[in-house]
Amino acid sequence: MTARTLTMAQAIAEAIGQEMERDNTVFVMGEDIGKYGGIFGATGGLLDKFGPERIMDTPISETAFIGTATGAAAAGLRPIAELMFVDFFGVCMDQIYNHLAKNTYMAGGNIKLPVVITTAIGGGYNDAAQHSQCLYATFAHMPGLKVVVPSNAYDAKGLMTQAIRDDNPVMFMYHKGIMGLPWMAYYEGSSNEVPEEAYTIPFGQAKVVRAGDDVTIVTLSQMVQKSLLAAEELAKLGISAEVLDLRTLVPLDRAAVLKSVAKTGRLLVADEDYLGFGLTGEIAAIVAENLDTVALRAPIKRLAVPNVPIPYSRPLEQFVIPQVKGIVEAAQALMKARVAEGVAA
Amino acid sequence: MQASKDTLLWMYEKMVEIRHYEETMATVYLEGKLPPAIQKGLAFDIGSGPVPGEMHLAAGQEPVAVGICAHLKQDDTVVGTHRPHHFALAKGVPINAMTAEMFGKVTGLGKGKGGHMHLFDPVHKFSCSGLIGASLPPACGAGLAAKKMGKDWVAVAFFGEGAANQGAVHESLNLAALWNLPVIFVCEDNKWAISVPKTSATSIEWVADRASAYGMPGIKVAQNDAVAVYEAVAPAIARARAGQGPSLIEVKTDRYLGHFQGDPEVYRPKDEVANLRKNDPIPKLAAQLKNAGQMSEAEDAALVARAKQRVMDAFAYARESAYPAPLEALQHVFA
Repeated sequence: MTARTLTMAQAIAEAIGQEMERDNTVFVMGEDIGKYGGIFGATGGLLDKFGPERIMDTPISETAFIGTATGAAAAGLRPIAELMFVDFFGVCMDQIYNHLAKNTYMAGGNIKLPVVITTAIGGGYNDAAQHSQCLYATFAHMPGLKVVVPSNAYDAKGLMTQAIRDDNPVMFMYHKGIMGLPWMAYYEGSSNEVPEEAYTIPFGQAKVVRAGDDVTIVTLSQMVQKSLLAAEELAKLGISAEVLDLRTLVPLDRAAVLKSVAKTGRLLVADEDYLGFGLTGEIAAIVAENLDTVALRAPIKRLAVPNVPIPYSRPLEQFVIPQVKGIVEAAQALMKARVAEGVAA
Repeated sequence: MQASKDTLLWMYEKMVEIRHYEETMATVYLEGKLPPAIQKGLAFDIGSGPVPGEMHLAAGQEPVAVGICAHLKQDDTVVGTHRPHHFALAKGVPINAMTAEMFGKVTGLGKGKGGHMHLFDPVHKFSCSGLIGASLPPACGAGLAAKKMGKDWVAVAFFGEGAANQGAVHESLNLAALWNLPVIFVCEDNKWAISVPKTSATSIEWVADRASAYGMPGIKVAQNDAVAVYEAVAPAIARARAGQGPSLIEVKTDRYLGHFQGDPEVYRPKDEVANLRKNDPIPKLAAQLKNAGQMSEAEDAALVARAKQRVMDAFAYARESAYPAPLEALQHVFA
């Protein structure tokens, strides 16, 4: 097996290309995915290899082409449709959650809809409220969509291959700030060794990306890279942090969360989506529902975007999106906190 | 393209079946929904009876369904609307499983998970949606699949005149024309979007006039007549099958019943339906067949009896079928 260092964008494009070679029912539709190679590079080089019949630039008509993907999948093809920014789901959500996500269920399992929707998420580069959201929890909240949120190139390739081969709709949500683009700062840990050969990573398997004993940081996407940097800082302070990369939200690896928290007794959820009614609450609930088998040393801590739209101005944006420093401080606070005693007899 | 005797007889029999189906459903639907069986103070209880939920019936709109579907093969795709029974029956969706679905039974097309607005039959390539204008994008997908697979299959998207102003419709018309997809878009103009007349909702008289704006042919069918529909749409089907791209067809039709069952219809003139029924397309086609010597009285009676029997059998099948076990609600979120 030969491996090279790839950016996440390159890894995603490679996975798509290899699956297109393997299976001629796979094709891609989206805005600026052809000559441009995708605004975030997820289809770079594919037009030259496969031509415009299979790498199809679309008009700016997300409802039409995502619905087209649903119809083509029902007819036996395996479309990949790119929603340029996840924030744009507002113009096409009916086709996504009322049709793509529900039709298999309403058909009693009699139809398969193998569609991958690729979409860019995340902020940190001052693109303001309509181009900076994560929203993975929104899609995970609604039944019928698998939700994949990779943090690095190796995982992205294996998860994309798995997504294309899955017989169900998959939201493949890549954070712009880890794609390794030449025009946007990114966390270098997201570019890593990627085998040339095709491989899959099963959904629903979180990964301990750094082992530790004192505190569990449950996280995903770009926040994994921030959490790893935070864990380095914490180590210097004598705090041993375990970083758990969820990798997929649907299905969610609940067992991995519980296993890690049972070991450390402390849980910090680091998330770039909105705080309210979201991923951090879900993870906290999983632990809370299992306090009969998991003992907490400190109350659960949640870091996420407070319930405000993502602001434009740099100091405002950097304030609302959790940063490395915030993760370090939250973990330190966890080490000092204690659960109440004497409540349970 | 003139309809053969077999096609005419098929369209007639299918229309008889559809009409009887809708009228039977209108009656069965009311079971258990009226006083004194329901909560005191209510005039009607939508969630009661053997067929709960909304019910949109298509009595009067049979010609558009049979006139189009008479051209189709099993491999052609049809995407219907929230008022889908006439399309489903005309496309060959099994009547028993379809009816069982509306009764919420485990023998239904979707094992009781879809209901009357969400009928999925992958064998006959039929689906529908409760969302207005949502039929067009997936029909584009079926057309794209046919094109990519090198088949001469076509896809039909039915939508009501009330859907004509949805973004999904305009996006899809453009995409289908741009990509030269084998799709036939059929606007079924029954004049009413629930309570809002077309004249209050759409800026032009004929939705089909919009075809030219997308660079595709527009076909207007002014009569609620199966033969007229069949003949008028033939070029659109042939065009799509030959890989020459989509067409937009508009058919004027009549809705004999309310938007849904239980609709008080305060918005439409009292005598409107009675007048519409004077032009009932079913006896009209029967008379035409008889005048042309293509159907005898005895053949007519036998055909009607056959069609009605199928409907009765379907309702009996649905009633007798079992409900799914509650835990089955947790299955089939994913394939």
